[in-house]
Amino acid sequence: MDSQDNNKLVIEATLENLSKVNDFVEEFLKEKECSPKVRMQLEVVVEEIFTNIANYAYGDDAGKVTIEGCLEDDAAKFRLRFMDHGVPYNPLKQPDPDITAGANERPVGGLGIFLVKNNVDDISYQHEDGQNILTIVKVI
Amino acid sequence: MEIKKELTGNKLKISLEGRLDAVSAGDLDKVIQSDLNGVEELIFDFADLDFVASAGLRVLLVAQKRMNKQGTMKIFHVNEDVMDVLEMTGFSNFLDIVD
Repeated sequence: MDSQDNNKLVIEATLENLSKVNDFVEEFLKEKECSPKVRMQLEVVVEEIFTNIANYAYGDDAGKVTIEGCLEDDAAKFRLRFMDHGVPYNPLKQPDPDITAGANERPVGGLGIFLVKNNVDDISYQHEDGQNILTIVKVI
Repeated sequence: MEIKKELTGNKLKISLEGRLDAVSAGDLDKVIQSDLNGVEELIFDFADLDFVASAGLRVLLVAQKRMNKQGTMKIFHVNEDVMDVLEMTGFSNFLDIVD
């Protein structure tokens, strides 16, 4: 069953749930006067990570994703962790796209994790107990 | 996201309103796949577009590749948040963005 407390959201990994994930993250930022820019950057990060899990982690099967958030260092930093039991996948191993290439030379896709990396202050991946665990830290 | 289309001769204007995200990118993709036949001038109006992420960029790239073969593509009224994403990914280098 889906569940949610203040710091943790367990939800079906489907695109339709993206707005629920955004709402969950927004709750953390509400207390803090962070800039619209930081808010937008976090929205991009959340969208890319969550849709990646929703699209690929479980293939055609259904599966859950657990999302944990916490504010650290007197709410100067926001830590967000995504966990799923899908196919082991370390997104940080994906090579960065060539962002100087023109439209005709560009492959379609491959920008999601690049956007994540460029909009966070720290990112790490672990595979533990059959889970993909992706953690980001953002100074807010 | 709302998609408004205006076809005048061989000029198609597409105005986007809201979020071009993973959920809505498919709707724009359908328009790009089905409405570009014979179009020589494609205009996007982003005045009311608040947000774009990689799923949206994917569709813009497909549109640009297609228009490189058959005409021109211009994007008007890009807001700061959307521009940040276009710059970060180097899309601003090849997209024709007009103030």
